[in-house]
Amino acid sequence: MALLELRGVGKDFGAIRALSDVDLTIEPGEAVGLMGDNGAGKSTLVKIIAGNFAPTHGSIAFDGQPVHFTRPVDARNVGIEVVYQDLALADNLTAAANVFLGRELRRRIGPFRFLDHRAMNRRASELFAELKSETRASDVVRAMSGGQRQAVAIARTRLSDAKLVLMDEPTAAISVRQVAEVLDLIRRLKDHGVAVILISHRMPDVFSVCDRVVVLRRGRKVADKPVAASSPEEVTALITGAKEAA
Amino acid sequence: MTDERLKPVSSLRRAMIRPELGAICGVILVFAFFLMVAGDSGMFAPAGFQNWLVVSAQFAIIAVGACLLMIAGEFDLSVGSMIGFAGVITAILTVQWGWPAWLAILVTFAICVGLGAINGLLVIRTGLPSFIVTLAFLYILRGLTIWLSILTTRQTIIGGVREAAEGDWLAALFGGVIFKGFFRWLGEIGLLETFARGARAGQPVVEGVPMLIVWALGLIIFGHWLLSRTRFGNWIFASGGDAQAARYVGVPVNRVKVLMFMFTAFCATVFAMCQVMEFGSAAADRGLLKEFEAIICVVIGGALLTGGYGSVIGAALGALIFGVVQQGLFFAGAESSLFRVFLGTILILAVIMNTYIRRLITGER
Repeated sequence: MALLELRGVGKDFGAIRALSDVDLTIEPGEAVGLMGDNGAGKSTLVKIIAGNFAPTHGSIAFDGQPVHFTRPVDARNVGIEVVYQDLALADNLTAAANVFLGRELRRRIGPFRFLDHRAMNRRASELFAELKSETRASDVVRAMSGGQRQAVAIARTRLSDAKLVLMDEPTAAISVRQVAEVLDLIRRLKDHGVAVILISHRMPDVFSVCDRVVVLRRGRKVADKPVAASSPEEVTALITGAKEAA
Repeated sequence: MTDERLKPVSSLRRAMIRPELGAICGVILVFAFFLMVAGDSGMFAPAGFQNWLVVSAQFAIIAVGACLLMIAGEFDLSVGSMIGFAGVITAILTVQWGWPAWLAILVTFAICVGLGAINGLLVIRTGLPSFIVTLAFLYILRGLTIWLSILTTRQTIIGGVREAAEGDWLAALFGGVIFKGFFRWLGEIGLLETFARGARAGQPVVEGVPMLIVWALGLIIFGHWLLSRTRFGNWIFASGGDAQAARYVGVPVNRVKVLMFMFTAFCATVFAMCQVMEFGSAAADRGLLKEFEAIICVVIGGALLTGGYGSVIGAALGALIFGVVQQGLFFAGAESSLFRVFLGTILILAVIMNTYIRRLITGER
């Protein structure tokens, strides 16, 4: 059974049709690269899946159940997590505090509930070990490299045992070595059976970690095929419109 | 993926390098200085102790509120005006209108905390810097205070509050001292000096622990607990550090900030009530410049003006430094106008040192 199933999804902003008639299926543990030029509708599609806004047309099913998200927290409750482009990390907090921000672990002593820093540090360290990242749970995020910051943002999605993780341009602004780190993190998510939708402009990233590539142009889906059956040249042609469909 | 450039950090270094470190050093320096220049002036005798502890406690009460608000990323410049306003409202309600003191105090708290909420909501809804919004309230409240005072009593000082509050259960929480019996006993067994002559002969020179100090300690403990031990405290840090990131993960940033404005107003009102009960009067010019003095305590205590970083213990130590310096110069017989020179110098030194310490902690460059 498909994990996520979009049927004829469309979104209008006033007179502008940002997205029209998109069908998309994601299987459990599958990594799908979502590509397209600026304004092709990638962000709109992701925001619909993440619950930032509801689609104008079409239906969405998650785990076989029809879903209607109106707020991001609705999507998160069924198991969809988003790693935002700017990562949404509070620089002044430690890695562990960021992972647990908004769902802190607490200890009950009499009528009072105290933050359980020890347990949060321990659990965050476990998550970083699981992701094979060298990030230290008690370090402040401000001092971290781009790759470590990605690890913190991704560890946050592991906390809730998400079934689907949406990643918005995770490799856009980091160094070559850190890109390799992030791609490793994505493979690790797949190993844990998590499905990933990777939005990226970088052809090598998509072709090295994704199983499938989906191309959007002018709000329509123009391609959806296994990466093995495609090539960077073909995808480039599809994105620019040199090739109509595949 | 190992980063061999990561430096191991010893646990001793971790324990030493704290936001409060600068303030701790400051306290040691200030005490050492005044022990040298004013050691035999009575500053460190029981009555002298009480003198500067009370002043420090006053600063601490407003510094705790300012500290939590600053960590949440906002300022409140209306603290001083709020102190004058709260005092005059209580005085009008008790002395002019004849309300029982407890009711007047409760209504004053409700009005002032409500004004704090308005401050906060205006900042949140308009997206304007809190500097501007609360600067407006600095003037609005001060003006209202003088106008209300003159309107009802034709003067700017309203006396007779202590008489009106005599025997009131709630007013007792803000005035007077506790542990009187204990201090009398200390006097009897000779551990505490007693008056040798006069109407109070035989009584200890320090009557007890002033309620002002009890409030300061209570607020410091509450603030420290809230900030470092509760989920809400974590949200205060996150709201001041990166409000957008905090919103994404579901932290109710607006609620956190508005509540902190209300708490700051609460602290200002506590200060005002203690002052009114101590003096027995309210005056429209009370609390002048207190907003800046609170901010100075917080900054000496290691907090970052832009939010997301700081400590309540640090702010309390900042208040202690402030109180000791202000009263110490008096004990040392220095020209009182030099107080501000001294204070400004300490402020600059403290901020330079705290910036250096903060870089060690957070690794920012």
